[in-house]
Amino acid sequence: MYNLETLKELALTVHEYNSIVEKLKREPNDLELGLFGALWSEHCGYKHTKKLLRNIKSTSNLTLTNAGEENAGAINIGDGKAIVMKIESHNHPSAIEPYEGAATGVGGIVRDIFAMGARPIALLNSLRFSNLENDKNLEIAKGVVRGISGYGNCLGIPNIGGECFFDSCYESNPLVNAMCIGIVDIDKILSAKAEKPGDLLLLVGAETGRDGIHGASGLASQNFEETTELRSAVQVGNPFLEKLLIEACLEISSLKGLVGMQDCGAAGITSAAIEMAKRSNLGINIDVSKVPTREKNMTPYEIMLSESQERMLLAVTANEEKEIFEVFDKWDLKCAIIGEFIEGDDASVFNKNNLLSKTSISVLTEAPEYDLEKIIIGFKPKKHTFKLEKKYLSFEKQIIDKYLNKIIKSNNIVSKKSIYQKYDHHVQTNTVIEPGQDAAIIRIKGTDKMLLFSCDGNSRYCHIDPKIGAEISIAEACRNVSVMGGNPIAITDGLNFGDPTTPRGAYELIETFKGFNSACEKFNIPIISGNASLFNEGHVSSIYPTPIIGVMGIMNKTNKIPSLGFNKIGDLVGLLGKKFWGSTKGLSGSEFQNIISNNSNGELIFDIDYEIILQKQIRTLADNNLIESAHDTSLGGIIVSLIKACNSKHLGVEINKHLPEDWASAMFGEDQSRVIFSFKANNKEKIAKVLADFDWEEIGMVTSKDIIFKNITFETDNLLKNYNKGFSTKL
Amino acid sequence: MKIGIVVFPGTWSDRDTFYALNEVIKINSEYIWHKDQSLNNCDFIILPGGFSYGDYLRTGAIASFSPIMEKVIEFSKQGGPVLGICNGFQILCESNLLPGILIKNKNLDFICERSFLKVNNQSIYSDQYKQNEIINIPISHGEGNFQLDKYNLDKLEEEERIIFRYSSQSGDETESYNPNGSVNNIAGIVNSKGNVLGMMPHPEKASEKILGGEDGKRIFTSIIENISQNV
Repeated sequence: MYNLETLKELALTVHEYNSIVEKLKREPNDLELGLFGALWSEHCGYKHTKKLLRNIKSTSNLTLTNAGEENAGAINIGDGKAIVMKIESHNHPSAIEPYEGAATGVGGIVRDIFAMGARPIALLNSLRFSNLENDKNLEIAKGVVRGISGYGNCLGIPNIGGECFFDSCYESNPLVNAMCIGIVDIDKILSAKAEKPGDLLLLVGAETGRDGIHGASGLASQNFEETTELRSAVQVGNPFLEKLLIEACLEISSLKGLVGMQDCGAAGITSAAIEMAKRSNLGINIDVSKVPTREKNMTPYEIMLSESQERMLLAVTANEEKEIFEVFDKWDLKCAIIGEFIEGDDASVFNKNNLLSKTSISVLTEAPEYDLEKIIIGFKPKKHTFKLEKKYLSFEKQIIDKYLNKIIKSNNIVSKKSIYQKYDHHVQTNTVIEPGQDAAIIRIKGTDKMLLFSCDGNSRYCHIDPKIGAEISIAEACRNVSVMGGNPIAITDGLNFGDPTTPRGAYELIETFKGFNSACEKFNIPIISGNASLFNEGHVSSIYPTPIIGVMGIMNKTNKIPSLGFNKIGDLVGLLGKKFWGSTKGLSGSEFQNIISNNSNGELIFDIDYEIILQKQIRTLADNNLIESAHDTSLGGIIVSLIKACNSKHLGVEINKHLPEDWASAMFGEDQSRVIFSFKANNKEKIAKVLADFDWEEIGMVTSKDIIFKNITFETDNLLKNYNKGFSTKL
Repeated sequence: MKIGIVVFPGTWSDRDTFYALNEVIKINSEYIWHKDQSLNNCDFIILPGGFSYGDYLRTGAIASFSPIMEKVIEFSKQGGPVLGICNGFQILCESNLLPGILIKNKNLDFICERSFLKVNNQSIYSDQYKQNEIINIPISHGEGNFQLDKYNLDKLEEEERIIFRYSSQSGDETESYNPNGSVNNIAGIVNSKGNVLGMMPHPEKASEKILGGEDGKRIFTSIIENISQNV
């Protein structure tokens, strides 16, 4: 019989327990229950998202993998090369132990990449914290940034970009999403599979310890309030060992004896080995006595469920293991044969000759699938209409200046340099565009190609309207790539949501997927990999739905990359899009709205078809070398875009427009689909020709300083100083 | 002529250095594994950057006891040129091939940025620069704060053995242009014979225009040219 406490620890419901008994036709023993707890966890089993994920666009003519079937998604970039990429969250561990949580988050995603035989060539990250004025939040943010820095730098993988956003919805539940990119020759992509019965299961890397037991089920699958109690469930990382693993695993990837490779991540050997067997349509025998352990007297249960970091599982052809052992020996890595793939569907765990459990793999890996549609029956989201108070309508320079300064000093707007300068972004000598721009760019050695990467997501929009918010998230991530001249070709997504068993949580997930579906179809871009982190419930409330979009774009090495900022005095400035000024509706979910009301509500407006054409237009301008700079309008509205464009070379701009009486909406409205670009006067006619059937206007000229409208001037000296000063508190 | 790049476990700028030499400058270099028994007749040895042995003790401390370092020390004592970049500089200090020590950056954090350096061209590693030329090379380290006792520091200054100093773009060597707190803004020094250079900035990361600049390339071409003349 079950014990409620045990079930709670494993995050299994009584209903799920009964279903296990029904399927096994008997009670599971403790070890088996542990295996079910791990494999039926949200992290491994995708209980609440599987149904939604099934319908997502995950392939294109360039994809080389099916989403979810391998450790990461792979995409063909030509020249016989593939890019492998994936994003993964480590939210709950980072809330408890910020440094180690974030560090091991990086470690995990990097293993997913080299498990495919790919050399990791870049990292990005997407971070969400609550307000830094609170000491606890500051400590979390500091720890997370240093964890990413400490682990990533030691590996010699450049951290080329990302984003960081603050909102009180992340109080006690920060988000840490790490994205890794790898490169591999297409014919050398590894699969996480065995080939045939008799193939051996080899474990390499760290010794298995008692750390991280129940991480997948305990941390990632339930609401957690008493966070400190779960401290031992967070693993400690050893980036040096991971670096050795990368080099050794890449070295053996071309050896004859190597059949498949799998990262040993959440739910440890259990998940890694059993999922490998499942993919191979084979059974598996595992002998826990063969697993090298860090501590004496570890129980089989602990060995099977430990989440000790820096371990990989390999499928190896029997009698061909010698060469593989030699490589691991060269790198001073410990490895051991711990099992064997067999005919059939059973996963058996032995301790020497004692059979401890024997369970059908199809039962173990068939986690229940919950239909979120049933949960939201009768749920109607509240609608708000946002109205601007009168005081924001009076046109007084002093008041306007006050709010402009507040905006530019906001932690969400200021330069993030103090974060990214803690990450090595030059190593591997591919970084063409460094962090701090709309997208980061790396060149691919031995080809004529460059790849662009951007991570983005705006949870305030998703809170107001998860469907449109999701569309905007994809559009904006793609726009970041397009303004630099890149063609977006693949997405990896990090889903960070609250409790999917509540109507609100389920609604947010369903609507987000609707947004993903429409955006991916229309942009014709596949989501090739991803990760779901649910139950992000802090002490006070759920987080806003936070889908993070990591996008990859591609461009030719010989193309000129438009800069973010204005380049030269006298260059002309243009607006691509319908309307230069923002609107009151555009203040919904904006930084301005949060500054004046500490809230996000209203109504989102977004025309995705228009956005797609706009991005094509800006890419055409860039492809034809017609523009000097391009930058989209997003957080903080048009005025913040102009300030950022002035910042790079400390220039100014004169705009031939009057600032409207409704200045707050005009300056700070975050209406979508607007790009500011600059160009040489002699390219004007050519630009007009390209944009003949699209909305654009010439709006002004680059000057030496200040942002000058016809009726008002904003001095840039102070604004740029505040922008560059960075966060309100040293991070 | 042959260049050897020593690879310790945890080294990561080996591949970048190899690329800069073999693909950009088009001169042969090869890797020397830390367990190898010899320097394989190389004419010039580079200790590249990274986190050798994880740098869990003091940076470079464990690497300095690596068997290959006995060969490197022997090679340098015979006048063989040895360049230590970043972690390589730390290893050279730990091996007593260079004076001083590299401690945690003044702000206690890892720093990655493009730093400006003022060059002293009186060395076999820098004679292709103009005297006091300002160059731009990335740094990337948590422990690059060079410290030395006053006696030896005065000696370094007197013998003009400080090859690179952190400065502003216009050449100011004030504290505000010192990223890590190094004494006298020191970014790179040579030993008294002048055949061993240690530097925190990464010249291999600044050897191509597409990466934002090629100011670092002349460090390699200077020493290569000098060796070729003597070989």
